[in-house]
Amino acid sequence: MSETNNFDYRIPLQNGLIAGVVALSVSVIGMVTLLAQRYLIAGWLTLGQVILFMAPAAMSYLAAGKAPQNNRGIALIYGFLTGLISALPLVALILLNEVIDLRQFLPNVSPALIEILTFGRGTVAGSLFLIIVTSVLGLVAAGLYLLPDRIRRPIFSGLIWTFFFGMFSEILSDRLRTFFGTDFAKLIIESKALRPVVAVTIFIVTASLSVLWSRRGDKVKGRMAKMDTKSQNRMRYGLIIFGITLMLILPLLLGTYLSEVMNMILIFALMGFGLNIVVGFAGLLDLGYVAFFAIGAYTMGVLTSTGDLGVAGMSFWLAIPICVAVSMLGGLLLGMPVLRMRGDYLAIVTLGFGEIIRILVLSDLLKPYIGGAQGLLKINKPVIVGIPLIKPDQFYYVALAGCLIAAFISYRLSQARLGRQWMAIREDEDVAEAMGIRLVNTKLLAFAIGAAFAGLAGAIFASKLTSIFPHSFNLLISINVLCMIIVGGMGSLPGVILGALALVGLPELLREFAEFRLLMYGIVLIVMMLAKPEGLWPSAIRKRELHVHDNEDYEDYPEAMAPRAETRDPGLEGPSHL
Amino acid sequence: MAILTAKEVTKRFGGLVAVNKYDFEIGAEEIVSIIGPNGAGKTTFFNCLTGFYQANEGDMLFLGQRLNGRTPDQITRMGIARTYQNIRVFPAMTAIENILVGEDPRLKTSWIEAVIKTKRYTKEEEEAVAEANRLLEYVGLTGMGDQLSHNLPYGAQRRLELARALASQPTLLLLDEPTAGMNPHESAEMMHFIKKLRDDLGITILLIEHDMRVVMGISERISVLDFGSKICEGTPAEIQCNPNVIEAYLGRGAATGLSETPEKTVA
Repeated sequence: MSETNNFDYRIPLQNGLIAGVVALSVSVIGMVTLLAQRYLIAGWLTLGQVILFMAPAAMSYLAAGKAPQNNRGIALIYGFLTGLISALPLVALILLNEVIDLRQFLPNVSPALIEILTFGRGTVAGSLFLIIVTSVLGLVAAGLYLLPDRIRRPIFSGLIWTFFFGMFSEILSDRLRTFFGTDFAKLIIESKALRPVVAVTIFIVTASLSVLWSRRGDKVKGRMAKMDTKSQNRMRYGLIIFGITLMLILPLLLGTYLSEVMNMILIFALMGFGLNIVVGFAGLLDLGYVAFFAIGAYTMGVLTSTGDLGVAGMSFWLAIPICVAVSMLGGLLLGMPVLRMRGDYLAIVTLGFGEIIRILVLSDLLKPYIGGAQGLLKINKPVIVGIPLIKPDQFYYVALAGCLIAAFISYRLSQARLGRQWMAIREDEDVAEAMGIRLVNTKLLAFAIGAAFAGLAGAIFASKLTSIFPHSFNLLISINVLCMIIVGGMGSLPGVILGALALVGLPELLREFAEFRLLMYGIVLIVMMLAKPEGLWPSAIRKRELHVHDNEDYEDYPEAMAPRAETRDPGLEGPSHL
Repeated sequence: MAILTAKEVTKRFGGLVAVNKYDFEIGAEEIVSIIGPNGAGKTTFFNCLTGFYQANEGDMLFLGQRLNGRTPDQITRMGIARTYQNIRVFPAMTAIENILVGEDPRLKTSWIEAVIKTKRYTKEEEEAVAEANRLLEYVGLTGMGDQLSHNLPYGAQRRLELARALASQPTLLLLDEPTAGMNPHESAEMMHFIKKLRDDLGITILLIEHDMRVVMGISERISVLDFGSKICEGTPAEIQCNPNVIEAYLGRGAATGLSETPEKTVA
């Protein structure tokens, strides 16, 4: 123990170098320069600065956490040193650039970048200033770590919300203009960035809300738990009605662009619910899931198109059940040959199935029917009482309805016998069979229901775009949906929605940073899996499962041990008192 | 009246004959043990009975119906349930869910009824949960229904596995080393429990067991396997003094009473 009480120079060195290398990388690939043009807080803070200094701040915070407990001095020194060291790679870059023109090797090391890194103060003064900035930042981050939780948490939530509003200021300004007029919008936002006063206000408001919630939240929860079942039920119905109303008026609040984004989120969430059944519930890794999406979309296309290739010119509503049925059939067809396969083998076979469908759609063989690379055009929009749902904020209701149906069916099934059968197969296929579960039926049902949801999503998608092309149905869709349910939390229904918001909604909203979108996406996935492997909103069981081992590590952790002690006693005495 | 008859059952893995022309019979409400050294083919025989393996030769009849060629789920539905040597509960499911899976063959409603929540479905599900709770209490795990099964202590997992097997209301229960890894006190308790099970529920029990105290204390008949073949069968008293059995367990020297016995047993 004495060892950990001492100052360990390796900690700030390690953390500082990691932070420095990250900061260097984001500078050298051009992220900082590009994003420096985008102000979060007008005149004060650019997104480039946030990206540049995020790693030093985070690593200093972590370094402070590694300091011996109750030794605030060392924690602050760790933070300070981490910050200081993290500036060194950047300083090296600045100095090196003085000696040789780095631009021939690294095209992004432009005068603009150097200008940002030195804060426009020249080589020597600028380098020193940079070191001071990161050191102070490290010191502040370490200080933040040392603050008690009740102060730290509001600060964090204030920072996060301010960042959030700054990030989406353009959308915010658009909404404000619609509801309160141009003048008000200009008062809040100045050329894409929050005005400093507004940023401070947002910070204060969100931080105080956080304080309020942490103080009063438990009381409110307690009071709710104390209520009798009748008023609890009333409360629940109230919440449900509120939720439904919100969902119904959402397009009015969101406007056209956000409604369009919302539609994509809903269509992907609908697919997510389907894949969640196959992968999350039944544990059958399906990488060719996009095939059913394509089947649904092309069935819709062929049945309702009024173009050259349309056969029936059906209405959207008439075609929907057929699309679902055809995709289900596709699910059964895929399911049949792969019943005996497990894990990786299953993944590869389904991957092949997805490719077969995509190539079939592209092929000359089917070109006379579905158009090959030229695609299928003039697909019907849904019509309700004579009104065609053309605009995104109208179409929203169709996507919402599909999504709600899928969520409802998934929820009911997860609670039912079929859900248990799937879970049992996921846990141990041999034993599940030995318990009398018919593997063939159960697995085929998982494939078929999953495919039905994807088919529905495909049909809605086709009708939304009114024209479909083979390249919309590539492997990336399967992977994206899979990532969605992993990020959201396997087997968790709210997780699917969160996953869709995070992996479909966010990239859509971050289009202005097109070049670095996928890089961010990848980094977010990696960080996510390291920090929260059970997903954003894990199903209750999965959460317990992944955190059981955490508790085992701390043998003197009283709360972890207490339930075990309880369980052991009756366990030992069991049969004797039967 | 025998409820299970196996005639000349043979199971080969490539050149290895794991079970060799094994004849076996068990009567209604009997408790019979199969014993034998490690690798004698006991668990392989269980796997043939439950359809996990298909026997290469021989017939297996259960209540007059052939077991050969049937899948494990069909065999379970006929009334044979089993537990495993190394516990195989569904780890990430709660205790209650484990038992509900065991009850599965008896449940009738389809998934469509579950989606629209028909009365029949709600009623069946309520009854199933009540039955699962009853079973949980019966095996001595009252109040642990909501725990994840892999968080339960070892002994409790064994009992949960037993409750899961009982949930299908079997006629014949196959127990693969039910007392493995238990201390003498726990083994004795388990032994009483198995007897009680038979008396309470009138089911037939076939077990594989290594703990001789348990085997001798509980079995009405014992069948001994060595290298896949049956070497003898009889009451516990008969088995204990059978020279073939002693030889199989302790080596040739022990059976003939030579002085090198101690070393051989150690080896």
